[in-house]
Amino acid sequence: MIYLELLWSFMQIGLFSIGGGYAAMPLIQHQVVDLHPWLTMGQFADIMAIAEMTPGPIAINAATFVGIRVAGIPGAVIATAGCVLPSCVIVLLLAWVYYRFRGLDAVQGVLAGIRPAVVAMIASAGLGLLCLALYGQRVLPADLTALDWVAAGIFLAGFLVLRLAKPNPIWVMAGAGAAGLVLYSIL
Amino acid sequence: MKNERPPYLRLFLSTFQLSACTFGGGFVIIPLMRRKFVEKFHWLEEDEMMDLTAIAQSSPGAIAVNASILVGYRVAGIPGALVTVLGTILPPLIIISVISFFYAAFRDNAVVDLAMKGMLAGVAAVIADVTVTLAQGVAKTRRLLPLVILAAAFIAVQFFGVSVIPILLAAGAAGAADAYLRSRKGKEGDR
Repeated sequence: MIYLELLWSFMQIGLFSIGGGYAAMPLIQHQVVDLHPWLTMGQFADIMAIAEMTPGPIAINAATFVGIRVAGIPGAVIATAGCVLPSCVIVLLLAWVYYRFRGLDAVQGVLAGIRPAVVAMIASAGLGLLCLALYGQRVLPADLTALDWVAAGIFLAGFLVLRLAKPNPIWVMAGAGAAGLVLYSIL
Repeated sequence: MKNERPPYLRLFLSTFQLSACTFGGGFVIIPLMRRKFVEKFHWLEEDEMMDLTAIAQSSPGAIAVNASILVGYRVAGIPGALVTVLGTILPPLIIISVISFFYAAFRDNAVVDLAMKGMLAGVAAVIADVTVTLAQGVAKTRRLLPLVILAAAFIAVQFFGVSVIPILLAAGAAGAADAYLRSRKGKEGDR
């Protein structure tokens, strides 16, 4: 039964991908290319490229794409549901625990220690994205001057606008997209 | 708040809009959520948003989905969480469903490619902005330990590729030890 197979495969992807989309990629590949004949390696590379170009989590994008190809719209819905089901159960349990016990002094101490680490992880994710925008790769290159000047300009302008005018970040992202379209076309 | 009807529609529309705008990975939704739920609707405290981010990140699944579940649960219980999950998964479900019919054309489209390159730089700016704001909050505690944890965690992730769970465990242990030592010090001071 194809629906059950989709559900089960994407439940496993949802359950075992911890730490964001890039960690999920090999898991998705294993399930949809290696284990099941749902996508060819070329199609898998395509959906990963599309996932980067469209909003939403990579795993959800992959679930929708695979589901539709294998079993139409119902397949997409079932694969997506499978993908988020483990999260729903585990995160709700943790949420209950958090709100039940966060008032305790010991828990307060733990949370106070964790918060700066969360800031560090956001900073690291941001640096990875900045490298990708400026150098086309997620780590700093050996030659720091070989950067994409248009992207650097958009980044700086966006950052200054956000610091000074504090607009809704969505407008900065949209503006950056429009600026990229215009500037890369002209230059 | 108790007698009011839970703001299901607002939860749905907020998460739908946020999810439709999270390009470039799950972390992008954190500054957007912070803006909306902490600064605009005042549904969450700043510290609470950080705690929920830690939970979202150390749980299985997509960070954006997990963070939505947490916010929905906080505001309107389990029904709220279901509403926000729906709001978060619908945009990618709809967009990919549509694109899957002409994905080769989309993938090779030069206009989309150029706009995405610009948008990536914009997303990096959004994350840089929220990082500065949050780091200022850490600095404002005027204590050394949070800054040490921030620096150590950054170095561990960035240069040694340590994964989320060990970092959060170590940071939590440091925080617990610090709170314990300070409470003992406080008691001795009372004597």
